[in-house]
Amino acid sequence: MSVHLKQDKPDTRNVLDTMAQGVIGADLPRPEGLIKVTGTAIYAAEYRADGMLEGVLVTAPVVRGEIASINEASVLGMPGVRAVISDKRMTGRPAQGTAGEAPFQPAREVCYWGQPVALVVAETFEQARDAAKRLALDWHGTGDAPLDPEAAETEKDESTRKGDLAHAMAEAAHTVDVTITTEGHASAAMEPHAALAQWDGRTLTVHASLQMLKYNRAELADSLKLEEEQVRLVSPYVGGGFGSKLGISQEVVAASLAAMQLGRPVRVVMSRQQVFQTIMRRSETRQRIRLAADAEGRLTGFGHEALVSNLPGEDFAEPVLQSSQFLYGGDNRLLKLDLARIHRMTAGSVRAPGEAVGVQTVEQAMDILAEKLGMDPIALRLRNLPDAHPAKGTPFSSRKLAECLEEGAKAFGWEPRPRAPRHTREGEWWIGTGVASAARVHAVVEAKARVTLRPDRTALVETDMTDIGTGTYTILGQIAGEMLGLMPDDIDVRLGDTDFPPGSGSGGSWGAPSCGSAVFLACEGLRKDIARRLDIGTDDLTLKDGLARWDGGETALADILGGEPLDCIGHFEPGSSIEDATVSSFGAFFAEVAVNRWTGETRVRRMTGAFGIGRVLSARTARSQCLGGMTWCIGNALTESLMFDPVDGHLANCDLAEYHVPVHRDVPALEVLLLEERDAAASPIQAKGVGELGLCGGAGAIANAIYDACGARVFAYPMTPDRVIAAMPDI
Amino acid sequence: MRPFDYQRAERFEHAAQLVGEDGTRLLAGGTNLIDLMKLQVETPQTLVDIGRLSLGTIAEEGDGLRIGALATNTATAVDPRVRRDYPVLARAILAGATQQLRNKATTAGNLCQRTRCYNFTNIDQPCNKREPGSGCGAIKGIARLHAVLGTSDQCIATYPGDMAVALAALDARVEISGERRSRSVRLRDFHRLPGDTPWRDNVLDAGEVITAVTLPAPVGGIQLYRKVRERSSYAFALVSVAAVIGIEENRFTRADLAFGGLAHKPWHDPRLAELLVGSEPSLALFDKAADLLLEDARGYGENDFKIPLARRTLAAVLCEATGVEP
Ligand SMILES: Cc1cc2nc3c(=O)[nH]c(=O)nc-3n(C[C@H](O)[C@H](O)[C@H](O)COP(=O)(O)OP(=O)(O)OC[C@H]3O[C@@H](n4cnc5c(N)ncnc54)[C@H](O)[C@@H]3O)c2cc1C
Ligand code: SF4
Repeated sequence: MSVHLKQDKPDTRNVLDTMAQGVIGADLPRPEGLIKVTGTAIYAAEYRADGMLEGVLVTAPVVRGEIASINEASVLGMPGVRAVISDKRMTGRPAQGTAGEAPFQPAREVCYWGQPVALVVAETFEQARDAAKRLALDWHGTGDAPLDPEAAETEKDESTRKGDLAHAMAEAAHTVDVTITTEGHASAAMEPHAALAQWDGRTLTVHASLQMLKYNRAELADSLKLEEEQVRLVSPYVGGGFGSKLGISQEVVAASLAAMQLGRPVRVVMSRQQVFQTIMRRSETRQRIRLAADAEGRLTGFGHEALVSNLPGEDFAEPVLQSSQFLYGGDNRLLKLDLARIHRMTAGSVRAPGEAVGVQTVEQAMDILAEKLGMDPIALRLRNLPDAHPAKGTPFSSRKLAECLEEGAKAFGWEPRPRAPRHTREGEWWIGTGVASAARVHAVVEAKARVTLRPDRTALVETDMTDIGTGTYTILGQIAGEMLGLMPDDIDVRLGDTDFPPGSGSGGSWGAPSCGSAVFLACEGLRKDIARRLDIGTDDLTLKDGLARWDGGETALADILGGEPLDCIGHFEPGSSIEDATVSSFGAFFAEVAVNRWTGETRVRRMTGAFGIGRVLSARTARSQCLGGMTWCIGNALTESLMFDPVDGHLANCDLAEYHVPVHRDVPALEVLLLEERDAAASPIQAKGVGELGLCGGAGAIANAIYDACGARVFAYPMTPDRVIAAMPDI
Repeated sequence: MRPFDYQRAERFEHAAQLVGEDGTRLLAGGTNLIDLMKLQVETPQTLVDIGRLSLGTIAEEGDGLRIGALATNTATAVDPRVRRDYPVLARAILAGATQQLRNKATTAGNLCQRTRCYNFTNIDQPCNKREPGSGCGAIKGIARLHAVLGTSDQCIATYPGDMAVALAALDARVEISGERRSRSVRLRDFHRLPGDTPWRDNVLDAGEVITAVTLPAPVGGIQLYRKVRERSSYAFALVSVAAVIGIEENRFTRADLAFGGLAHKPWHDPRLAELLVGSEPSLALFDKAADLLLEDARGYGENDFKIPLARRTLAAVLCEATGVEP
């Protein structure tokens, strides 16, 4: 049995609200939580296979060039070394998210410093690592390698023009025109990229750390010139992805090639440095924001122009403008994105591509405008929420932005403005607060899932969807439990195996609404079948605690099944419901910071986030996603930056000691408010994405709080002590 | 990582004898050495594990305190005598690394930890410290962490540690033993400036082993350690200041100051105490002290900010110690 839905219309039935089990949205623990915290969940690098060999990637110490020769003899005589793999099918870059085809296979052309060019395979990891460092490479440079995005050639990627922004700026009562920079970010997932490949002569099985198996399988098959059916990927637990595992990366292909060539299982685990140097970066950005407003603070013009970078040949351009298209009004609009071609490793999706750096700059500009107007920054935002998408005219499917600003302000204890900075000092520390809006476009993609009702009062959910720490196991169990009248404990959710029906993969915050909908549809199919067996209408059927009830009757689910399992595949496809409306998640951030008057050190003291994400599927994991997002805001605002050498372009800070994500002490109590919504256009379960919203704008709230605290307007992220003191009026 | 031999020294003489040989390195807590071996920055042929030697004691000696070379950073930081009589030392240690690292890190290993210069730890980059004559990749490259005092055109690296900065302020001594002789040097003279031999971090000769650090009699006063960094833990100092301050009748009676993050060694400038002692604390005086300290400071672009930051941090510490209000 299967149920297919291409969602062309909003689904206002709110079916999940009519169910009886009462577990949807509940605050329940993660089913896999215990095995994760006790170290018994097995991650990619921890699998072993009989006769397994170890591979270590060899990377090129040159930013642009060609490998003239690889002197295999230099290491083949070393103890334990079995092979040097430099097959033409080796991949030089990771695949972009949803590519579904082989990434760049450059043979021996090197385009960025640290690009993998060979794999040394040996009996032990230590032997392979030693040999990999000793492998003699001959290379020669091949022309210029532009390293500075400001000096490189650019391509126009995207632009929106409406009315005349320059004119609006000239006529406006108040204007803001600021240029703000952000630096590159790493995903910095805890689990490094790793793969164990096994080849039986016909099929290739790879245990790897991946986010989107359906696409990854296609990418790997295409890279190796195999049929997709010959490739099986297994990835039940992923120790963080944040975009870095959307597409396959170099270790997956290298391990597979080695396993196929040597006829033995091969494991390749990237070192932390290799993860930093060869996996996706978030592009640095330079953003110019222009705001024109009338005397009452109504926007008459809105401009957002950004410069981002990528390697030659890559299509991806950090989509900085995404939410700027519709967050605020203003009839005269200019939005423009330029892409500089430089030789740093591939730029791609890092959690919340676009908004993660694009909203905070707008939010800083709005703060400056509010100050010029002598207005409260919340009031300014409320005044400028457009009725519909300013360029396309499509209505918002749901938007609790105003409520988030208001409820969040109440919870946080927001003190209305205007007020001059430096109003509060505690010892050496200036204290201030700031606000920012949050916005993240909503996306859904095709997904399938199989749900099987079993005669023992349990159900099985299977999809190749992954759980990258986000809570997929939890929410799919809660959706199936609600629909089938079972407790989530009785739902066995199996993920991360291409033998299961292809799900959406984890990325773009679309996993929950897409795969959740596939599970939902499968359950609707099962419910229909049960109702048919009982000879009642589906709407008359109540499933609760393993019992089927209807007006005048009740029977155990097990009896209806007659000892046989019953399964259904749900198949969800996005349709025009999300095109006919502007579908986005919204929210608001509030931050309190302390800035040291002497050193400019900034510490976040508390933060509140209020978010509208459609239906909350699991209170616990939705909240955790927001907590994680807000933690990223702190890193984005204060510490995180990839440092590239100006001379040869190599990445200097390539481990977790030197790439500074926030430590526990940097993360104070974070408060999360989830404002329930039902977004009928977003998905048949009325849910929008939540995984990324929590980091879309919050760094701006911190920047605005720095200003409120000490009077420093800093226009470069991260706002490190040196930048704060440079912008700070005297002690 | 290169394959290596591992030997466990059971007696001190054994260690001293082994470490005299080429390609040998002492292994204490291993928190720095093993990391560098993984990166192939260090490629010893033999590791001599001194962990079993009885060099871990913290004991009173004369009027002062003797901290064994193998006392862990945690043990030193929580020692009641250290906390009572040398609080600047406890504070400096606790400002460094993480609890897990401090549980393993030792006194001697901490003194001998190597620079965090990004080029030094990347063997595909030029670095005079790691590979004499290969050039300095930092001078025109990423120099955010680097020195502004006492640099040379060969190397602008910093000594990265915290503990030694407090030890410099306290005027501790380092006890060193070799196969043939034992000696003791002031901590202020233990680390070197890079000059033309940047590969030498300190004055240890081949075959010498640090056995202890000794602290002079307690001097009391106000003892502060201030470490500036963008995140609040688990980061090396951009700038740090260790201060042992005495005040009587509103005049400085003692002003022992040392600085981290500014140079290839914990920076101690005797002129600061000469200027401050006997004077009344004031912002103007603190500014003069900073002028003296930074007279010869020179930035390399990315680290220019350290010069104003050092000035501000010094003022912060002196204000905190003396109660002067800015
Ligand atoms: C992520 C990270 C963050 C850190 N942050 C900080 C920080 O903020 N502040 C800070 O101060 N430190 C910091 N550290 C450094 C840490 O303090 C040092 O790694 C530690 O103190 C080294 O001590 P160890 O005993 O482990 O030395 P080992 O690694 O064992 O040895 C280091 C060196 O000392 C030599 N050595 C050891 N014992 C002797 C002896 N008795 N005589 C002669 N030579 C000897 C060894 O041969 C080796 O060359 C950090 C380290 C890491 C990894
Ligand atoms: S500063 Fe010193 S340690 Fe750093 S690259 Fe230059 S020579 Fe090497």
